[in-house]
Amino acid sequence: MGLPCIHCGEDCGNHPIIWDDKPFCCNGCSTVFQILNKGKLKKYYDIQPMSGIKVEQTDVTGKYNYIDNDEIREKLLDFSDGGISKVTLFIPTIHCASCIWLLENLHTINAGIITSSVNFPKKNVTVTYKEDEISLRQLVELLVSIHYVPEITLDQLDKQESNKSERDLLLKIGIAGFSFMNVMLYNFPEYLPGGDELSDLFTSFFGIMSFILALPVVIYCANDYYLSAYKGLKHKIINIDLPITLGVLTLFLQSSYEVITGNGIGYMDSLIGLVLFLLIGKWYQGKTYRALSFERDYKSYFPVAVTKIDDNLESTIPLSRLLVKDQLLIRNQEIIPADAILLIGEANIDYSFVTGESIPISKKIGENIFAGGRQVGSSIVIEVVKEVEQSYLTQLWNQDNNNKSGEVKLTTIINKVSEYFTVVILLIAFVSAIYWIINDPSLALFAFTSVLIIACPCALALTVPFTFGSTMRQFGRRGFYIKNTGVIEKLRNINTIVFDKTGTITIVSTMKTKFIGDQLSDEQLSLIKSLASNSSHPLSATIVGSIASKSNYPVVDYQEIPSMGITGMVNGIKVNMGSCKFVTGKEDVNINNSNVYVLINDKVLGHFKIENIYRPGLKEVIFKLKKLFSLFLLSGDNEAERKNLIPLFGSEKNLRFNQSPANKMDFVKEQKKLGNRVLMIGDGLNDAGALMESDVGLTIADDIYSFSPACDGIIESSKFQQLPNFISFAKTSIIIVIMSFTISFIYNFIGLYFAVQGNLSPLIAAILMPISSVSVVVFATVSINILAKRLISKQQNTLF
Amino acid sequence: MSVIIILVIVGIVVTGLFLIGFIWSVKSGQYDDMYSPSVRILFDNENSTPDDTENITSLEKENSEIKDIIK
Repeated sequence: MGLPCIHCGEDCGNHPIIWDDKPFCCNGCSTVFQILNKGKLKKYYDIQPMSGIKVEQTDVTGKYNYIDNDEIREKLLDFSDGGISKVTLFIPTIHCASCIWLLENLHTINAGIITSSVNFPKKNVTVTYKEDEISLRQLVELLVSIHYVPEITLDQLDKQESNKSERDLLLKIGIAGFSFMNVMLYNFPEYLPGGDELSDLFTSFFGIMSFILALPVVIYCANDYYLSAYKGLKHKIINIDLPITLGVLTLFLQSSYEVITGNGIGYMDSLIGLVLFLLIGKWYQGKTYRALSFERDYKSYFPVAVTKIDDNLESTIPLSRLLVKDQLLIRNQEIIPADAILLIGEANIDYSFVTGESIPISKKIGENIFAGGRQVGSSIVIEVVKEVEQSYLTQLWNQDNNNKSGEVKLTTIINKVSEYFTVVILLIAFVSAIYWIINDPSLALFAFTSVLIIACPCALALTVPFTFGSTMRQFGRRGFYIKNTGVIEKLRNINTIVFDKTGTITIVSTMKTKFIGDQLSDEQLSLIKSLASNSSHPLSATIVGSIASKSNYPVVDYQEIPSMGITGMVNGIKVNMGSCKFVTGKEDVNINNSNVYVLINDKVLGHFKIENIYRPGLKEVIFKLKKLFSLFLLSGDNEAERKNLIPLFGSEKNLRFNQSPANKMDFVKEQKKLGNRVLMIGDGLNDAGALMESDVGLTIADDIYSFSPACDGIIESSKFQQLPNFISFAKTSIIIVIMSFTISFIYNFIGLYFAVQGNLSPLIAAILMPISSVSVVVFATVSINILAKRLISKQQNTLF
Repeated sequence: MSVIIILVIVGIVVTGLFLIGFIWSVKSGQYDDMYSPSVRILFDNENSTPDDTENITSLEKENSEIKDIIK
């Protein structure tokens, strides 16, 4: 172990870069430190030690040139006038107090920046700057130079985010709270002993005041419920909002009638309290992970602009202007935006996001390159053969979007319950009205409205928001982020789990190496390590990482032959490493594995066999899940791993290899047709179709803010072992919902007992309704929090 | 007893003022980010060493002027 890097805290290894007597793990980190040092921003490291971000790729020359394109710049800017511009950039790596401090002190680095402010939950920074002193491109490059790399995607350009609905809800809660406080005060004297002896002046004054204060609540605060009930009726669905609407309107009409005729002060306090509780429930449920995106499509993955070559002239065009036959320049680490043919250069395409496989594939001139790959190495020129929208992967994606929007999904437990609930309540109301018409007609209408009032399913409607809202928070704290509370219900119902292989049950970033051949001496290992450390190819990096040897020899005559291997004179000895053909001259017999052959002093010593590593705890996870669900594995790879996977998944027929993205999607469709409810767990763009098609699609991500395909939930890869617990906890929370339903039904029975007798007084309503709501809320949140502590092992997560 | 009516009206006015304050705070976006301000308040302006205090104040002055323009 070396020293921890002053900037990012990572292990510096054996050769730390020293600057100002401080160790750094890489040049990038040391550069950032120097920039901050110069700008007198060293305090960055005091607020939170080693708070920096490590960035592997620091060469950005030309990468952000596209921002100079007027059309793109216009779209990025929030505001621009008189040489002063304002821009909001999404920086997913913002993670601590130091980040906020540094980003808000940008003006000390560059005088052109006027102010900058961070929105931490959204991971945004808003910068106001003077255009004649710093251009937008320079601003972005400045952020990149201090390792805060903004994510600029097409997706963000197109959508205008707004906080409107969130703010509206807060306003409604505020207004309802205001009315509730005041109206409670007016009704209070009525409930005291001797309250009925109040003079008429007070009764009518308090009545009118509560009527006035209830108006905004009934008209404005509760309007979403009317709308939703109406929409439900239009689709011939009785949802929970229908009995709520009925209850609210009857309460209001009955109370207004009493106030206007001078009979009493009505139930305005219960009415307003009910709306307030409902709104609070909605707010609680509405917790979202704003910095995460579950709705991403290919647009947020593809670049905003591309470099087009026209008669040897380079120009930057927005992706939307891209046409077939255009020739594009793709630099190192840039993404291929559309299906194309390679024209010039050595293409080494890393499809890790598409297939999960991190070893680049080399392409020859004239070969097809699919959209979504990332070029590694030198720049290449390609010719577009299909438009962006028509490319293989994007098409797969789009076709699915259409499928999903068509279906109406209203199978939630609460709506099923409310369907029966509404019918039963209406029946009881009519029966009691008929009974009273026969026996005492003066009470008939009152009994009828009383039933509707007391049965108003406030407690019922609060159960789901609070139970699922708490569950969602507990999941979030443990590294499992779900899109909305509906996912919990769907998660409970699944009976089939489909896994993707590469990247999902294996770890992409690290690989296992095994040397097959003669036993290598320490000296030979050192030679191999010294040579391989010159190459940036992932396989070389893996081999370097696997060799512990410390000695490092100088390498002369180093040569890297793309898609073949590397060669050089190490310490005076000739070493060749690479593909079988390159090293031995023969075709590789075992094409299923990634093999790196080694030749030292004209003698082939053998090869490194490089394999994926399965996620730690995979065996236990599969073992636990196998008892409860049928498990399947779909892999885009060949069958090399078959023999390792059969013991895990049990039977041969549960494993499918050589699956294309479309195959995966069809498999999920097939399972659904058989009546199975499918949970798909994937990680890459190639799983996107299957993730969408499945009932619940989960994505596993090392970095939850980086791009992930559209899905219902994201699991941090380190929390993979918790998966069985998450699923079983979803079941537990449904049990809690059912228990809370029972509690609220008991209250309803008590209320109905008074109501059908025509005995419901405002006092009973005022006591029963808040108590039922509060007890259900307390029961739901407390039990979920206690159970979560017991059932899911605590791994505190500080992100949210 | 009728003084209660005046009290109730005073009560409405006072709570109404708070309601207006709340509505203003929501509309001006104060609830959009509940985390960063809690951190921001703990940062103090240590950078203003005596020799460059002048620069910073002039910069701040300039900034506030610019902010006025934006408004």
